Amino acid sequence: MDLKEKLVSSFIAFENQVDIDSYVHDIRTEAIKSFEDSGFPTKKNEAWKYTSLKQVLEPDYSIFPRQNKALEYAKIEKYLIDDIDSYKIIFVDGKYSSHLSETTHEGMDICLMSSVLNKPKYASVIENYFNKAVKKNGISDLNTAFSKEGAFIHIPKNKYVEKPIQIIHFSSGNESSLMLQPRNLIIVDENSQLQIIERHQNLTENEVLTNSVTEIFVNPKSIVDYYKIQNDNKQASLIDTTSIVQERSSVCTLHTFSFGGKLTRNNLTFSQNGEHIESIMKGITIIEDKQHVDHNTLVHHIKPNCESHQDYKGIFDDKSTGVFNGTVVVEKEAQKTNAFQANNNVLLSDKASINTKPQLEIFADDVKCSHGCTIGQLDKNALFYLKSRGIPEKEAKALLMYGFANNVMQSVKIPELKKRITNIIANKLGVKIGFNL
Amino acid sequence: MLSIKNLHAKIDDKDILNGINLEVKAGEVHAIMGPNGSGKSTLASVIAGKEEYEVTDGDIYINGESIEELSAEERAHKGIFLSFQYPVEIPGVSVTNFIKTAINETRKAKGEKEMPAKEMLKLLKDKSSLLEIDRKFLSRSINDGFSGGEKKRNEIFQMAMLEPSIAILDETDSGLDIDALRIVANGVNKLKSSKNAVILITHYQRLLDYIVPDYVHVLHNGKIVKSGTKELAIELEEKGYDWIKEEVKN
Repeated sequence: MDLKEKLVSSFIAFENQVDIDSYVHDIRTEAIKSFEDSGFPTKKNEAWKYTSLKQVLEPDYSIFPRQNKALEYAKIEKYLIDDIDSYKIIFVDGKYSSHLSETTHEGMDICLMSSVLNKPKYASVIENYFNKAVKKNGISDLNTAFSKEGAFIHIPKNKYVEKPIQIIHFSSGNESSLMLQPRNLIIVDENSQLQIIERHQNLTENEVLTNSVTEIFVNPKSIVDYYKIQNDNKQASLIDTTSIVQERSSVCTLHTFSFGGKLTRNNLTFSQNGEHIESIMKGITIIEDKQHVDHNTLVHHIKPNCESHQDYKGIFDDKSTGVFNGTVVVEKEAQKTNAFQANNNVLLSDKASINTKPQLEIFADDVKCSHGCTIGQLDKNALFYLKSRGIPEKEAKALLMYGFANNVMQSVKIPELKKRITNIIANKLGVKIGFNL
Repeated sequence: MLSIKNLHAKIDDKDILNGINLEVKAGEVHAIMGPNGSGKSTLASVIAGKEEYEVTDGDIYINGESIEELSAEERAHKGIFLSFQYPVEIPGVSVTNFIKTAINETRKAKGEKEMPAKEMLKLLKDKSSLLEIDRKFLSRSINDGFSGGEKKRNEIFQMAMLEPSIAILDETDSGLDIDALRIVANGVNKLKSSKNAVILITHYQRLLDYIVPDYVHVLHNGKIVKSGTKELAIELEEKGYDWIKEEVKN
């Protein structure tokens, strides 16, 4: 039985675990039908041309993990940004870990999907927002069908959330191979501000496949900063679908740091539903061995006077492969749109490769749109310049790569996070550096 | 201190240096002049260890030790410094971070401890004021968007920070206005001591009014064809290079 069949036939067992007389379950039922029709995407699908899931779908994944394995804080501490005060929503093998987490219902909801899905108090919020942002396709339908756990965050209007929220999914290795399908819903009401850090971490060498869906609603005048740290081990694959709907005069910035994993696919979409919206996407990808990272972005400019900025940097070593597929759609009504897209890549080895494909679909006539992509090697003259000052080759290369990635780092607003990312990069490059970016 | 013996070098099968001999002792200032394409910049790059050039014969010695097998960074650790004719722009790396890394990597190579932050800060302050450099300049990316003069001043600032024993200044005067030239020359003069040596590569006598050389050498077709004192530079300024080319022919 392949994974698709296994998932479809498991749906009945899943129904025993959830309330089937609910609004959400009607959506799930429809989603499993759609998934049954479409299945997993293959390379025949244009959007998956350069990313094959074939190998990732092979293991016999456990779909419903056994009992929660209690993890000690000391064991996971290093995966947290622990030098700042933060809310934490932590899952172990897909199940909420209350003793590792720090949530709240005081003046705002920073809690769990499972605790709100069937509560009458939240019924209208769920009906207004659940599954409303995400683009329907095989991957997202599959997540929707099995959606029952993840982070639920609802920030009321005029609220500045001072502490960042860390959402972390651990895999304990309790199952020899595990499939996780977290479902997050984040709603930020008018004129509020929020910072989120998300991470997926496999703690052993057992296989993990995560199919994650996050919907984010940024209401008028709100500001959201979202950071994704993708620095997992080589047994972990991640398909991340993040769909963001922005309303007028809001600003949403999303950083994706892709430093490792067997296969990582990011489906990121922004829909601009009002005027004067800013959508900012930044990414740094640094991978080696046979790792694969695919960034698939879509910005939908619907209304006039909005901006979008995309800046993705990639450094590929060994036989690693990268994909950047960025689409910008500017609707006829979206005059005075300013859309900028850049994808710059450095290949450190002859066997590394990147497929980059910008796509602009413009139906308005008074817009500024630009895109540019580059693929190159490290500048030899720059390398000689650094070496001639006494900096050894390895450190000199690292310095050039830092410089290359630096303008993406500049927009990270949490200093401790910036420091952490700098250290992760230094570790990856095998250097010790005496400064922070 | 620096001894170059019968140095031959080529790039892409093109011979550029055809038997250079040069002795530079501590405390000396040597000027290397010559027409365009005579091999001046190649000589500088070969001494600094640029890998694109292949040394086909001869050798370079520092304090009697051959450096032929050494990488560019190892040569820097031995005290060689090259002020680039065209300093490279490196976006995203600040001048301060670059200098700190260079100093600490050099110390590490010598088995010394990293320079304490306080000491580093003082050094940055002292040397930037020596070159009349605004402190804001130090947090900018290396040479990124710098004017020609700023780039050259930045080179000499790095020299001041790294305190090399042999500094090769490759056309440091080109692209400098008279004020910048004075500042740069003044910086070099202050850094000069009985323990280090300076090699000036230049087209023009102008720089030599400010940094007075002990010896002047004329390079032509990859060979030193004439050596003398600062009077030779004045003569070249007046008469150009043609008479030397003639002299070589005969």
